Amino acid sequence: MSAERFDTVLGLAYRRGAVARILVILLYAILVLVFAGPLVALMIGAFSKVVDPTGFSLIPEGGFTLRNFIAAGDRNVYHYLFNSFVVVGFGLLLQMLVSVFAAYALARHKMRLAALIMLIILATMMLPEEVIAIPLSVVLADLPPFDLDLIGTYAGMILPVGAWGFSILVMTEFMKEVPVELEEAARIDGAGELRTFFSVILPLCRPALGVIGVFGFTMIWDQYLLPLIVATDATQYTLPIALRTLRSDEEVGIGVLLAASMLALLPSVIAFLAFQRQFVRGLTSGAVKG
Amino acid sequence: MTVRTAEARRANGPTEEPGRTPERRRKWRRSPYVPWLFLAPALILIFYFKYLPMAYGLRMSFYEVRGYLGDLYVGGQNYSDIVTDDKFTAAAWHSVVLAVGTTAGSMFFGLILALLLEGSSRTLWFVRTAAFLPVVTTIAVAAEVWRILYHPAADGPLNSILGLIGISPQPFLADEQSSLLSVMGVGIWRGAPYDMMIFLAGLAGVDRSLYESSAVDGANTWHRFRHVTVPALRPVFAILITLAAIRGIRVFTEVFLLTNGAPNGSTEVLMTLIYKLGLQQGKLGIAAAGSILLFGATVVLTVAVRALRRREV
Repeated sequence: MSAERFDTVLGLAYRRGAVARILVILLYAILVLVFAGPLVALMIGAFSKVVDPTGFSLIPEGGFTLRNFIAAGDRNVYHYLFNSFVVVGFGLLLQMLVSVFAAYALARHKMRLAALIMLIILATMMLPEEVIAIPLSVVLADLPPFDLDLIGTYAGMILPVGAWGFSILVMTEFMKEVPVELEEAARIDGAGELRTFFSVILPLCRPALGVIGVFGFTMIWDQYLLPLIVATDATQYTLPIALRTLRSDEEVGIGVLLAASMLALLPSVIAFLAFQRQFVRGLTSGAVKG
Repeated sequence: MTVRTAEARRANGPTEEPGRTPERRRKWRRSPYVPWLFLAPALILIFYFKYLPMAYGLRMSFYEVRGYLGDLYVGGQNYSDIVTDDKFTAAAWHSVVLAVGTTAGSMFFGLILALLLEGSSRTLWFVRTAAFLPVVTTIAVAAEVWRILYHPAADGPLNSILGLIGISPQPFLADEQSSLLSVMGVGIWRGAPYDMMIFLAGLAGVDRSLYESSAVDGANTWHRFRHVTVPALRPVFAILITLAAIRGIRVFTEVFLLTNGAPNGSTEVLMTLIYKLGLQQGKLGIAAAGSILLFGATVVLTVAVRALRRREV
């Protein structure tokens, strides 16, 4: 009996013998098919001539075509995609800046009220965004005291995602670990507050920036209720909320939905695959602390 | 351009700022305003888009919101209206069933996935990555894909697969009997891989020597799992139940896209009902009352799970 057999509870991967091997591989194949299969079928379907749900499969009939993406252009899908990119681009930039600034104050400065402020921020994580959706629509329509109407604007979709408790928390925890000596050294060398922040603290926080970057991206890309409340007509839709208006098309049937869904899916999958390590780290740390 | 100015600044730095002696800088550093300046953006955004809506919501729940006519104070009328509404009680019940079912299903399958896919080989890494994809999939995309898979015709994608193993075609979302279960299925498809990752992190913390010594003592795989792994995972169970229950009870997007409450209200959950009341029928006060009740439920749930956890430890 080898020691590696006890690396896992079941020791599945270390079972010897042809039958066991085949069964294990079969099992893996089924799991991949169940969880990734529908998404792979979506990607393939987007490039196929499938027009209705019954043709949706991993091996669709009819061969390769780009006509779904051409039809998508007629249905404004690229405009929705553009809206999504504007919201996620500015939203993520704002969210990350707000988070690192707040974290810097909370982690690196001795503040008497730090504990209270942390509580105020953490409490928002317990407040489900769905719960405040209805009153948020009222606030956005008439932002006091400026009487600003953010309904139907990009700002209305961007500003509410600007402060996210998770990002601030992850960033604060990380910044507490950065050695104070480095900051003092920079100060002695004559760097001011902002200079120290941008050229000493921030570069050291790169791992945490990766975590809040990839989570923030997924979080904003996945926003549904907020853009639904803010958008007043179809030209303001982001791609996720536009999907349900694309369920059928006179020419290509569900093809246009498949193409649009693939475009909505791809960025988050790419972000996940590129930052997989940060993703898993953030997931476990966030869950354990939350 | 920027490079040149940066270089120029570096070159003239000391002469440009003759006043900034170390003493002055230290004073600036000690200034109590600096941390507040750094915190200001976060606090302003949180105030405007979290606490202010919460306060508005609380206020609105006691008023009949009438726009230009001015709001009319109605006391607890909105609350009594909504809790006596059969649609609301049905939606609350569906939310609870959905939350419990999705949580339990996700944890059960998540644990099985974690046990099957624990290990460091490259194949396992690949399978884990593939299995995790539903978690990062945009909810709207997941819902649209499953609407297609659930196509109720006999030659619908999922029915074709079921046909291969001899199961007759199911109506899935189209029938009152199976619609809520079908919505639950999508929730579990997305939830199980998430729970898997958390379980895997928990499993990584289990002392390997315990497996080996229990094997020496004659314990089989089941005993090892039951008496070594499960106790070590106890805190993970507690975390996942809290997270998933709260997430489950306030579910909106999946249901909105999969069925939007249909057929015949059999999948109407709290949030889809509140959305309809507030933003489609304009009954903002009643919708706000519903939201406050939903918030109360999540708070009670969180506190209850915390209390249970503390007693256990």
